[in-house]
Amino acid sequence: MADAAAPYRIKGETGDWEVVVGLEVHAQITATASKLFSGAATAFGAEPNTQVSLIDAAMPGMLPVPNKECIRQAVRTGMALEAVINRWSRFDRKNYFYADLPQGYQISQLFHPLVGEGEIEVLLDEKDESSAKRIGIERIHVEQDAGKLMHDQHPTMSYVDLNRAGVALMEIVSRPDMRSPAEAGAYLRKLRAILRYVGSCDGNMEEGSMRADVNVSVRKPGDEFGTRTETKNVNSVRFVMQVIEYEARRQVELLEEGGSVAQETRLFDPDRGTTRTLRSKEDAHDYRYFPDPDLLPLELDEAFLEECRASLPELPDAKRKRYEGQGITPYNASVLTAEVETARWFDALLEAGAEAKQASNWVVAELFGALNRLGKSIEESPVSPAQAAELLGLVADGTISGTIAKQVLEIMLETGEGAAEIVEKRGLRQTSDTGAIDAEIDKILAANADKVADYKGGKQQLFGFFVGQTMKAMQGKANPQVVNERLRAKLDG
Amino acid sequence: MSVTNEQVRHIAKLARIAMSDEELERLVPELNNILGWVEQLGEVNTDGVEPLTAVIANKLRLREDKVTDGNCRDDILANAPVAEHGFFAVPKVIE
Amino acid sequence: MTDLTAKTIAELREGLLAGEFTARELAEQYNTAVASARALNAFTVETPDDALAAADAADKARGSGELGSLAGIPLGIKDLFATRDVDTTAGSRILTGFKPRYESTVTANLRRAGAGMLGKLNMDEFAMGSSNETSAYGPVISPWRRADGGNAALAPGGSSGGSSAAVAAGIAPAATGTDTGGSIRQPAAFTGICGIKPTYGRCSRWGIVSFASSLDQAGPMARTVHDCAILLEVMAGFDPKDSTSLDLPVPNWEAGLSSDLRGKRVGIPKEYRIDGVPADINALWDKGIEWLRDAGAEIVEISLPHTKYALPTYYIIAPAEASSNLARYDGVRYGLRVETNGGLDEMYAATRAAGFGAEVRRRIMIGTYVLSAGFYDAYFTKAQRVRTLIKQDFERAFEQCDVILTPTAPSAAFGRGDKSADPIAMYLNDVFAVPASLAGLPAMSVPGGLDEQGLPLGLHLIGRELDEQGVLNAGLAIEERAGFTAKPKRWW
Repeated sequence: MADAAAPYRIKGETGDWEVVVGLEVHAQITATASKLFSGAATAFGAEPNTQVSLIDAAMPGMLPVPNKECIRQAVRTGMALEAVINRWSRFDRKNYFYADLPQGYQISQLFHPLVGEGEIEVLLDEKDESSAKRIGIERIHVEQDAGKLMHDQHPTMSYVDLNRAGVALMEIVSRPDMRSPAEAGAYLRKLRAILRYVGSCDGNMEEGSMRADVNVSVRKPGDEFGTRTETKNVNSVRFVMQVIEYEARRQVELLEEGGSVAQETRLFDPDRGTTRTLRSKEDAHDYRYFPDPDLLPLELDEAFLEECRASLPELPDAKRKRYEGQGITPYNASVLTAEVETARWFDALLEAGAEAKQASNWVVAELFGALNRLGKSIEESPVSPAQAAELLGLVADGTISGTIAKQVLEIMLETGEGAAEIVEKRGLRQTSDTGAIDAEIDKILAANADKVADYKGGKQQLFGFFVGQTMKAMQGKANPQVVNERLRAKLDG
Repeated sequence: MSVTNEQVRHIAKLARIAMSDEELERLVPELNNILGWVEQLGEVNTDGVEPLTAVIANKLRLREDKVTDGNCRDDILANAPVAEHGFFAVPKVIE
Repeated sequence: MTDLTAKTIAELREGLLAGEFTARELAEQYNTAVASARALNAFTVETPDDALAAADAADKARGSGELGSLAGIPLGIKDLFATRDVDTTAGSRILTGFKPRYESTVTANLRRAGAGMLGKLNMDEFAMGSSNETSAYGPVISPWRRADGGNAALAPGGSSGGSSAAVAAGIAPAATGTDTGGSIRQPAAFTGICGIKPTYGRCSRWGIVSFASSLDQAGPMARTVHDCAILLEVMAGFDPKDSTSLDLPVPNWEAGLSSDLRGKRVGIPKEYRIDGVPADINALWDKGIEWLRDAGAEIVEISLPHTKYALPTYYIIAPAEASSNLARYDGVRYGLRVETNGGLDEMYAATRAAGFGAEVRRRIMIGTYVLSAGFYDAYFTKAQRVRTLIKQDFERAFEQCDVILTPTAPSAAFGRGDKSADPIAMYLNDVFAVPASLAGLPAMSVPGGLDEQGLPLGLHLIGRELDEQGVLNAGLAIEERAGFTAKPKRWW
């Protein structure tokens, strides 16, 4: 295991402790129009109880019928995580009582999940390939989401909205392979990116379409795993990392005081950055899992699996390697593949004819900055990949310099005009005319004789000053390479 | 194997059925009677026998992903003991 | 005016088509009969207008010749079937006043064929019972009385006790029932009528209040085998809304009826000869064997070695599934809610304690226990393994025979309260019926004769998966030879 930095440790009174982290991510299958076992709609934000069928409300005599597309998306997700797909799996009932659970049980998969073991590779440092770590996935299963309870609308009553009840969830269970908040953060971000590439889940943690249960335990390095706690329903990467930090420290302090960690479920309080007990072991649910007798075992045939596989897009790791193969730096490749929308945009840019290395530098250095300033996402970019390709082409063939290109981009963003049009209309062509350049250089050198003397006397750094002055005098339109050559010739020659 | 009062109390809690001490007292021997009777299954040799997964051979059908249901709030709330502003209302839960 | 309530459905269908009487006359006679039989407590709610509306629609359609196969026939519907806008209680207090906004698939099928509804029929609470004594709406009293003149109130069997009582008393031409562990067949036997539980998955369970999902099946209860065939054809059929529904066409059972059993082998399982069963039951069984031989069948002795484990297997699996299926009755979305001074859990516990009767509470407790941590393998998984063995017993037996003949019940109708003291004594009522339920096989009870007290006794036929025809045909052969015409003497 390559650790670019020192391993993460919690410093206690009795020495250094290691934290062990596992994550159970609940990802809503947002790609489907209807729910896992009912035909009600799944769209976010509807009026309460308007996306609820008789099945979702658990009326007497109602029965579940599974949604093919939910299964398909879960299989595709498993394949993207390089996991084993179980052609035979089964639904089980998880029995407990709560107001957001109309049936009094959740249809889930305990004994035989749809997807088995897989793994994700995360880069702990985007600039450093050797910081790669493989985090194991234990299993993925599909299950029903619960409804929503609101406790603040009435003094003595809670309100129940079942719109979300029955929406399909993928529960993605990692192996307890993470050893720091940073690793957990990297895992979540990578998982989210993959889900969005696959298209099964939009990964929108604020809206609740992706949430994490964080399992944390501590031990002295080399010891057996300690007792773990589970902090439920954490809905941002930052919060997950906070939970790990807080829980690890809390457990270390507890253990060093001579206490023991209770195996319990906890809740995160984002305002305080702390966790507190939700359920103690005595109150622990006995879920009495058993196979759901209203459903038969799920059996998938080869044709179904093949179609799932064929439908997968190029995934982040493969895309990153392809970009690197085309000369893009590892860092840029990571940045460009982190989000599927960015990757799509960049692929379109390459397809429009831009050269990979140049394009990647430009997108990361120039475009992102511009979009940030405008407060726009890449899908909202006023400049299209085709337009960007045109701009980059003008730099590549020497029509304009890189400096001028920055100007042109600003104008493109403002006016929506094409690059070539702008260059023509505003006469921004750079000149490689040695005659004109020499003339300007001579003027500059003549006006700065003292600096010329200093330069010849050893102050090499003044070269940049002469370049700058020349470019300024020529309003940036001089070909920088030619300026450099001619200055060198005149100063050093 | 027989059940104790404590176990029965715990089961009643899992099943969310309120039970007075008298009812519990009466129920324990009843349950033990039934459990003792069903325990004769222990006599049966079931080595290598799979639990029944499907009563009659059948294939689990998967349905097309279409919105065919919902948007019937009136029906959903029609029989609710307490409903307000489009929600079901329950005694307040502290989380 | 002819007594139309004495006619079978087959006869009514002919008579309506021939114009001998109108559907309205039929509905009116039955509505009167229902209203005059309240002492039986067979109906929880009467819907005379529904019967009349269907009748009028049938009378109107008769002119155009587009008549459904049950046009104008009024039926009793067991209160386990959801009927739109009509109280559906499952015999329980926890669903008092519940009016579904939906109709079960089975009753929708009946309505599409033109049938009307006389009312909802009383039943054991959540279908848990064999005597219709556990209903929250009072017990159903059998129309039959013992010949000793003692006037003891007898049980009509259960859980479809309202259905059997109504058909036997002639206040409904037929009724729907459901059978999980004998709840169609045993009451049919107790009241001298026919009842069939089809292969698991033949009838849709959508809209039927769920008791034990892997066992529940709807079926008809009627006066003749022919009537059962007519009704079952309408009730059955693939329903995409039920994942356990069989995607197979419904055979023409009525057209295929034949009592000629030449070439058929009838299996007699030796394990069904049990000590302590009254002599007249075994005597009737022997008669049944003769009747089937007379119809041309070869009689074969077979063995179903795991028979005695069927009841305990059932009493682990059924309560387990029920404990989960009944979790939805929590006072939140429909039915009874008992408010308390406490929070949510207190409301749940008080509601369910008040809403569920003793037998239901008992079975929920058993079910919860056998699924709970530490006991799941020893009880539930074990029972599912034994269930496989029971099913294999039948598969092996059906290599040597085509239909199996046994008594339906180990006794005639007993008195109210006779078996209430010991739940297990009540459970033993279903000793002959339960194995076929566990194996999902079609099974039927037909009346064979009367016992010493003049009470009906039934004969029980079990067929291969999907062979309802074989079961109906053997039932027809018995019906023709048994000559059972006895009717209860009206005391109500």
